[in-house]
Amino acid sequence: MKTTSLNQTHRNMNAKMVDFGGWDMPLHYGSQLDEHHKVRSDAGMFDVSHMLAVDIKGKGVRDFLRQLVANNVDKLMQPGKALYTCMLNPRGGVIDDLIIYFLSESWFRIVVNAGTADKDMSWILARRDEIASGLEITPRRDLAMIAVQGPNARAKVWQVIPEAQAATENLKLFQATTFDKYFIARTGYTGEDGFEITLPNSDAAYLWKSLHTAGVGPAGLGARDTLRLEAGMNLYGQDMDETTSPLESGLAWTVDLKSERNFIGKKTLLETHVKYQLIGLLLLDRGVLRSHQKVSLQYNKEGGEGEITSGGFSPTLNASIALARLPLQISAGDEVQVLVRDKTLRARVVKYPFVRNGKSLI
Amino acid sequence: MNIPTHLKYTKSHEWVKLEEDGTAIIGITHHAQELLGDMVFVEIPQVGRHLKQGEECAVVESVKAAADVYAPISGEVITTNPEIESAPEKINQDTYSAWLYKLKPSNTADLSELLDSTEYQKVLESETH
Repeated sequence: MKTTSLNQTHRNMNAKMVDFGGWDMPLHYGSQLDEHHKVRSDAGMFDVSHMLAVDIKGKGVRDFLRQLVANNVDKLMQPGKALYTCMLNPRGGVIDDLIIYFLSESWFRIVVNAGTADKDMSWILARRDEIASGLEITPRRDLAMIAVQGPNARAKVWQVIPEAQAATENLKLFQATTFDKYFIARTGYTGEDGFEITLPNSDAAYLWKSLHTAGVGPAGLGARDTLRLEAGMNLYGQDMDETTSPLESGLAWTVDLKSERNFIGKKTLLETHVKYQLIGLLLLDRGVLRSHQKVSLQYNKEGGEGEITSGGFSPTLNASIALARLPLQISAGDEVQVLVRDKTLRARVVKYPFVRNGKSLI
Repeated sequence: MNIPTHLKYTKSHEWVKLEEDGTAIIGITHHAQELLGDMVFVEIPQVGRHLKQGEECAVVESVKAAADVYAPISGEVITTNPEIESAPEKINQDTYSAWLYKLKPSNTADLSELLDSTEYQKVLESETH
């Protein structure tokens, strides 16, 4: 099993460890609900070192990325700016979702999911060989990543690394900067403010312990999932994959079809008729929504007209919520039925995000 | 491991407390709640329902997953724990007081199939190895 540089640190903090796509990662450190609330109300930290940072360097990086991903890297004009995007296959399916950081015209950094990292690397290297053979592409397994999230997250980081305050206090959302050995981005996967800090593996345990001493609570993959679901953020492999279109996965806002630019998958997206949408559900009856449950306007035994892609319990709303792929005809305010084991439960269709900055939006 | 000696157990991780009046109180074990994590939903059987040994009769759901609870013995449901549906976290806090329902056994032979704490401990050990 693969381990991050914080593995022993998690074990010392009594983490319950799980196999997450071949990585030995913390699920929780006692109670995932407490960890969730800590992030919403104060500050929590996640080891996200299993995700992979990849540096792409050389002449013409921007032009390579214009073709490689569905969002338009020409939106990145200011060094440090970040962009969320999908990388598509020629059939318009999603190979992965990733964040691209613009550092200079000859250096962009991308961060990809852990479970897809090997596949992504092969894909990117093959495209590089075809269209931009001069570029140098380096996976950075020498780096660790700690996400510090919550209303007090930034203040806690400054308490621990006071020298970093001047460099990072004016960062806007989706901006990053390099400071000393740290690469600090105002990004996250929780719907709260905070930083994602990339740093050398050898420094990760010290920073983690210092943040803990400053009152930042450790949080595991369990809380990470309930937080991102409340925040209405897609999870690769559940809400979209290689067989689904970003246009039917709530990701149309990340796909740039307007510019002249040609990118992999664009032709298929332009030719395909969009029939589905990703939309939120709020369960009205008692129970818990889970992924793969069938959803219908009217229950029928043949199965639903749509399906839940991510479902679970929302600790902030104290209710069950879900993201579901439903026909376009269904809209917010409609009541639908969800097949949960042998029962049909009522749910209301809602727009997501469900929660932002500690507050319910439902 | 938290396995009180005064209770009986099943391989499917239910605990059974045999009362002096012949009734049986049922819950899920410490090990089961630990595997599932934070509880968020409990569905218990209706009073009056007749359960067959081994029948699915309740559901406990945590943030992570849903799990069926099986009837350890046959019998009629005579009481349920009203508190547990509104406060499922009590199962995490102290599962041996967080009972789900009470049965009036209909087949006393079932009782001999229940495990004592030593036997249940062995079941757990064989699962982890």
